[in-house]
Amino acid sequence: MTAYRQHIPLFWWLRQWSYLVFVLRELSSVFVAWFVVYLLMLVSAIGDGTYADFQAWSGHGWVLVLNVVALAFLLLHAVTWFALAPRAMVVPHVPPWVVLVAHYLAWIVLSAGVAWVVLLR
Amino acid sequence: MAQFHNVVIVGGGGAGLRAAVAVAEANPLLSVAIVSKVYPMRSHTVSAEGGAAAVIAEDDSLDEHAYDTVSGGDWLVEQDAVEAFVQEAPRELLRLEHQGCPWSRKPDGHIAVRAFGGMKKKRTWFAADKTGFHLLHTLFQSALSYPDIVRYDEWFVTKLLVDDGRVHGVVAIELATGRIETIIANAVIVCSGGCGRVFPFTTNANIKTGDGMALAYQAGAPLKDMEFVQYHPTGLPFTGILITEATRAEGGWLLNKDGYRYLQDYDLGKPTPEPVLRSMELGPRDRLSQAFMHEHAKGRTIETPYGPIVHLDLRHLGASVIDSKLPFVRELCSKYQNIDPVKELIPVRPVVHYMMGGIHTDIDGATPLEGLYAAGEVACVSINGANRLGSNSLPELLVFGARAGKAAAEYVQSLQTGPRSVVYKQGDDEERRLRHELGRHDDGTERIADIRTEMQSTMEEGAGIYRDGNSLEKAAVKLHELRERFERAAIDDHSSTFNTEIVAMLELSCMLDVAQSIVACALQRTESRGAHQRTDHPMRDDEKFLAHSLVHRQPDGSGRVGYLPVTITRWPPGERVYGR
Amino acid sequence: MSTITMEVTRYRPGEDSEPTVQSYEVPLRKEWAVLDGLNHIKDHLDGTLSYRWSCRMGICGSCGMTVNGRPVLSCASFLVDYAPGPVRVEPLRNFPVIRDLVVDISDFMEKLPRVKPWLIADPPEEGEFLQTPEEMDEYKKYSMCINCMLCYSACPVYALEPEFLGPAAIALGQRYNLDSRDHGAEDRRDVLASAEGAWACTFVGECSTACPKGVDPAGAIQRYKLTAAVAAMKDFLMPRGARR
Repeated sequence: MTAYRQHIPLFWWLRQWSYLVFVLRELSSVFVAWFVVYLLMLVSAIGDGTYADFQAWSGHGWVLVLNVVALAFLLLHAVTWFALAPRAMVVPHVPPWVVLVAHYLAWIVLSAGVAWVVLLR
Repeated sequence: MAQFHNVVIVGGGGAGLRAAVAVAEANPLLSVAIVSKVYPMRSHTVSAEGGAAAVIAEDDSLDEHAYDTVSGGDWLVEQDAVEAFVQEAPRELLRLEHQGCPWSRKPDGHIAVRAFGGMKKKRTWFAADKTGFHLLHTLFQSALSYPDIVRYDEWFVTKLLVDDGRVHGVVAIELATGRIETIIANAVIVCSGGCGRVFPFTTNANIKTGDGMALAYQAGAPLKDMEFVQYHPTGLPFTGILITEATRAEGGWLLNKDGYRYLQDYDLGKPTPEPVLRSMELGPRDRLSQAFMHEHAKGRTIETPYGPIVHLDLRHLGASVIDSKLPFVRELCSKYQNIDPVKELIPVRPVVHYMMGGIHTDIDGATPLEGLYAAGEVACVSINGANRLGSNSLPELLVFGARAGKAAAEYVQSLQTGPRSVVYKQGDDEERRLRHELGRHDDGTERIADIRTEMQSTMEEGAGIYRDGNSLEKAAVKLHELRERFERAAIDDHSSTFNTEIVAMLELSCMLDVAQSIVACALQRTESRGAHQRTDHPMRDDEKFLAHSLVHRQPDGSGRVGYLPVTITRWPPGERVYGR
Repeated sequence: MSTITMEVTRYRPGEDSEPTVQSYEVPLRKEWAVLDGLNHIKDHLDGTLSYRWSCRMGICGSCGMTVNGRPVLSCASFLVDYAPGPVRVEPLRNFPVIRDLVVDISDFMEKLPRVKPWLIADPPEEGEFLQTPEEMDEYKKYSMCINCMLCYSACPVYALEPEFLGPAAIALGQRYNLDSRDHGAEDRRDVLASAEGAWACTFVGECSTACPKGVDPAGAIQRYKLTAAVAAMKDFLMPRGARR
């Protein structure tokens, strides 16, 4: 039997919106990694006492653009991750939307905590 | 190169899977194979909706189930087989429960039962309205835990090998490759289901072409009670999709064009708002389908482009009952009829649903041909007699699938000798014949589809719900002519890879055999009983016909009909009483 | 009577080195499914067209195809919904094509037994296991899978990593794991929690969109990931005690 192996076109991920979102989410992992690196650089700069240099470097246009793009990808990652939470966590007697809302609430609370540490202390 | 197994099962539906497991459990050393023209989970068992009957309720008894079955079958029933059936059915359904079948439950966690047509007690187990689907997938998935059961998926069996009055195996084609193989076996169990596709309007799947019946018939085994064809009273027009009897068990009403519950005019009881067992809409299928024909004759049905219809009314049941007990009905109505049964009437008409007849077997699934067994719709034990009760077919295929498997396993252990060389030669001859069929020329004068369509309309006109000597004679002549034309049929497709046209041709050949056997039996039975209604002989004639028809195939394809007395143990023939 | 054009993918091994497209005009009737159009072609126009079908009521799972780019059951998709056409009918994606619209699903048939899709439990001595309707609801939707393969056809992970167990097989494993009668979750873990199992899924979610029976395999898989992660964590923290 000589079955025909269907080939996958190069731009298969443009065929459907859900495929595109999937590929973008996969891509987001690169930016997650970048944020980790960026954070390590920040910590290292504080440790070395070169925080001012680090701040100046971060002010460069291309670093700003990179971080804005990375933020967008991280938001995409978080939102799609939260969207599947109710389907992964099936809690008896709790409707799925409550699980979703709880995730966002936790996010807001944690972000507020971080913001308080960074901005107010 | 031939393949060798101790037991080969033709068909991988409910009966085939149950039989395979029974063989494996009877003797794990035996090699058992399932040869099926579709993947087992595609088998037509999957389409059964309403449920499976077995006594479990406290207020119920085996005797009552037996009596309902015998009277439902208009006494053309092997009563010893029915007694075994009602006794073993609960065990089989429990076994499925233990394998994971999601039977619908009562709030306390016990199995729930529902009412069904012709049954005096609530005894039908159900998995919402997808009982056959869950039953088949449970059987298939649990059969996967027996890795020694060999499967030939998408192989089409074309011939039973017979030598010296004994069956020695089959010849089959692998659809994907066109490979033709002789499969030697000490015993063969045919579990290939019914033949609804012989008729134009049927609930049956495309694969229900009577292949197993024809295989046995051609090999010399007799078919039994072939004139008894069940019309289900509620099929969707055009598609023929089944709307389960459970709709009426849950309280649905049948209404004619005036909105009148017409069954009250046909000795089926008086209408009540709540369903009453063995009454009105819960009468037996034969009587309900016949009532439709009378309504039609009185001009009280509704004409549509797809034939006359009446209405099935579920609106008073409400959305919650429909969604919990009949979700598939709602899905089917919405998809195929564009209506919502919660708010609208469902158009329905009688539709060919089930063959009471089939390969003649004893209580253990054994046919008169040594080494050949049969179980399920393809077989005729007969517990269904002249009319099967709804929800008896699923337990039947389990009980008799298991029995046939066990009997075949015992039989092969007693065997001393293998096949003679003449069996292999038969295999080679069959391979040559099939290669020749594949090479039929494009210049043939007939199309397979045309012959099939004419056969189907011939059967509807000649051997429908009501028949007479005249209509049957005409049908017999026409079928003979179609048989001749079939010899001149051409096929366009000469590929050996997944050639569905040659399958259609082989199936048509089987269907012509089955159609001829139905007409032959119907012609000879000059009485009316159950699903066999002769307008020229409207009365039941126990004097002459309390006997099974047995039809043997003659070389020209015609059938020679004889009779076999019915076994009566405890229930002498009486009047079938419903609703009074 | 009006008609509609059906553009059907043909592939005849031995004759064609790769699939081609053949157009047929079929009657456009309001009741006709895509499958009825194919049957019209087969019966009246071209007997060589091959495809699988059986129940024509959306329960046997035979007739999955790609229609206008989407995986569907051809018996449950209607020509009028594609009017004025043309309707593009292709084999299911992500499977080898045996012939025309017939694909090779033996990969799934081989994977299915690996998840042990049967009840692993000692049955009660007498009578049935008790299971309340609420307990049944826990797994019921996952038991509705008809093995039609639409989810595999929709899944890009399966396309890129053919080793992936796939949506239906994992959902069926979960169906038994979530059944109150079953005690086999531990037996299924090696397969379900492997790299080719639930963890290969990246939650595209198209399997659940494609599923004609509302099984939600994507949900089943995500749910299993959480279960597997919790179990792995327990193993890590309590190497001996956590395992049953």
